[in-house]
Amino acid sequence: MDEAFSFVFLMLASTLRVATPLVLCAMGGLFSEKGGIVDVGLEGKMLMAAFFAAATASVTGSAWAGVAAAIIAAEALALLHGLACITYRGNQVVSGVAINILAAGLTVVLGAAWFARGGQTPPLVGDQRLAPLFLPGAGDNILVYAALLSVPLTWWIIARTRFGLRLRAVGEMPLAVDAAGLSVAWLRYRAVLLCGLLAGLAGAYLSIGQNAGFSRDMTAGQGFIALAAIIFGKWRPLPALGACLIFGLLDAMAIRLQGVRVPGLGEVPVQLIQAMPYLLTMFLLAGFIGRAVAPKAAGVPYEKEH
Amino acid sequence: MQALTPAAAAIELRGIEKSFGSVHAVRGVSLRIEAGTITGIVGENGAGKSTLMSILYGLYRADAGEIWVDGRLVEMASPRDAIAHGIGMVHQHFMLIDTFTVLENMVLGAEGGVLLAGGLAAARAELARLARDYGLSVDPDARIADLSVGEQQRVEILKVLFRGARILILDEPSAVLTPQETDRLFRILQTLKERGVSVVLITHKLREIMAATDRVYVMRQGLVVVERRTADTNSEELAELMVGRKVHLDLDKAPTRWGEVLLRAEHLSLVDDRGVRLLDDVELELRAGEIVGIAGVTGNGQSELLQVLAGIRPPSGGQLTVCGHVLDAHHPGNPAQMRALGLAHVPEDRLRQGMVAAFEASETSILGYQDGPPFTRHYLLDGPAVGAHCARLMESFDVRPRSPALRSSNFSGGNQQKLVLAREIARKPKVLLVGQPTRGVDIGAIEFIHRELVKARDAGCAVLVVSVELDEILSLADRILVMFAGRIVGEVEPGRADERTLGLMMAGADAA
Repeated sequence: MDEAFSFVFLMLASTLRVATPLVLCAMGGLFSEKGGIVDVGLEGKMLMAAFFAAATASVTGSAWAGVAAAIIAAEALALLHGLACITYRGNQVVSGVAINILAAGLTVVLGAAWFARGGQTPPLVGDQRLAPLFLPGAGDNILVYAALLSVPLTWWIIARTRFGLRLRAVGEMPLAVDAAGLSVAWLRYRAVLLCGLLAGLAGAYLSIGQNAGFSRDMTAGQGFIALAAIIFGKWRPLPALGACLIFGLLDAMAIRLQGVRVPGLGEVPVQLIQAMPYLLTMFLLAGFIGRAVAPKAAGVPYEKEH
Repeated sequence: MQALTPAAAAIELRGIEKSFGSVHAVRGVSLRIEAGTITGIVGENGAGKSTLMSILYGLYRADAGEIWVDGRLVEMASPRDAIAHGIGMVHQHFMLIDTFTVLENMVLGAEGGVLLAGGLAAARAELARLARDYGLSVDPDARIADLSVGEQQRVEILKVLFRGARILILDEPSAVLTPQETDRLFRILQTLKERGVSVVLITHKLREIMAATDRVYVMRQGLVVVERRTADTNSEELAELMVGRKVHLDLDKAPTRWGEVLLRAEHLSLVDDRGVRLLDDVELELRAGEIVGIAGVTGNGQSELLQVLAGIRPPSGGQLTVCGHVLDAHHPGNPAQMRALGLAHVPEDRLRQGMVAAFEASETSILGYQDGPPFTRHYLLDGPAVGAHCARLMESFDVRPRSPALRSSNFSGGNQQKLVLAREIARKPKVLLVGQPTRGVDIGAIEFIHRELVKARDAGCAVLVVSVELDEILSLADRILVMFAGRIVGEVEPGRADERTLGLMMAGADAA
């Protein structure tokens, strides 16, 4: 009985730990996409944030300085994305991919130059990391709660506030927003900056919360999984949270099931379970969740004069 | 231009200029909108009407000129300025968000607070008041996507009134309405006028100018060519002023000589992948030597019918006989096969379906017929042959300029349409499907296109014309079919048809 309880508790804690960056990223991406800016660069923003969080925490000795640095780094990339997509009306996917490549390269180059550890930051200890708040051993640092809180908050902002209404409008039909006398560009910049903020927190969580330092490519595609969660959730915060938790659970299971033998099948290949989130995404997108209802103007630069 | 009243006009434009690249869209236009009147601005497509109004509404910046509102010189840097000066605009393409409710659309940009709840409640009360005062009722909680086009337009007007506009600009408001809905709109405009709202009506339909306005400005090639009191003018004069020469609004046609049935649709239906029934048990016969016109309000299945008949979309049920060849859901045709059977199609959206805008005119002139001789030999295009073919088409259909090497997008709408029509008719098809033959086409080209369609008919071609312009259907067709909600709800002889009966059928009133 006790054993079962502790197993469930551990699975739950581990699911939540894994899901936290996904949730933060998904909420960030939701703001961006609701405002009509597709963000393939979530991954890059998160990676850059993770690097600067660890680097700053290691140099200053303060986890909070690390969080601040993470946000600044992610916002810098968010602004870059905004500049390319909103001001210069570039292709949003290309800009996002470019940001991913930039982040993957820059973090390793800077890491090697500053710390000379092959792209890693020095291991973080004590106050350099975010400590668990209530449950020692469960890794429930403040960003885990922030992630959980971000979901209802995102819903409330999008559904119940003036900014949310305008954000939804600019993602559906920017021309109508323009004709209503509102600035399309300013609305979209705010969406992108909110996305940067949340992706920054996700990155900080990875390197100074969940782990004790930055290692190259440590985001390992989680930005893309967050993107899939948004689509899963049909651009709604609560269902997107659900998708993140499913992905988190699959990941937690992958760790648990390592080396476990299933009767008749033999050892379950870990790679198969690790591939589950991606396979699930493919299957569900291929028809199981019905028509995905993306904001109509997502991915389309707004141009007034022809 | 003399001042008509000593009082300041609601709006006065002085010397407005606007160019887009090398196109001089508005050339030094000056006009006055008197308070509490309905002013019409009439002109052909591309005459600069919409550009002028977009400048007044702050969507475009004028290159030169002044805008005066209530006697004060104002700056229109963005729609925000226009709204602040009490100007509201109902755009030709509605500025409504499909997924939002009526209320949400109303408050967008005028929410009245950081949180929505208060603003929405206030808007609900205001909407009820406007509904009472102006007789404009809509369900505040309905989603825009679920409303009819007429209702959507009412939401647009309510949106403008909600913002306290005293000057209302309507850009081609009747383009998507049935005649009854148009009448209703004009009654609403009269009410607004009586309440002191100044209305500007932009249209290319002369009948509407005569019916609804107090004063009219005629625009041609970016200039105001004349200003008249509506009572002192008539449709013929306005048409002549719009085009700059005498026009014949009616068409001479020889009596119909009906031949064999070339196209027959039986129980034709089309269901999309969301389960929406777009075509419902359509029965249709098209005979050699006749023009059948399909009337209906946009979005009642006409586009889908054309696509199915042309082999672009396979039907979900029923059967289609084209020149003796039977096709159905299990053996659908494709456009190339249809062409081989002798069916030609002038699509309603010429820029997306009729041509590739970035292609040269000569390439556009063979699109769909490019495989095999005379245009292709050994898998290679024969450039000179294609060019010569295009030059011949341009000559016989008076496409200007006569430059086969010019990009298709650089021709005017009328000339693009003539080129596409020439391409399809040149093959002497047995069946000719034409969608919106004169959409975005100037009056001169309209006359020409209509005559060519009649010529094809007289040569024994079976012609099907789908158009939202009732005038066009009435003057071209030998038989008129009316579509509503994916069904053909009635057939009328043009001699016996009037706009009123057709309008009722188009609105589904006779559907039962």
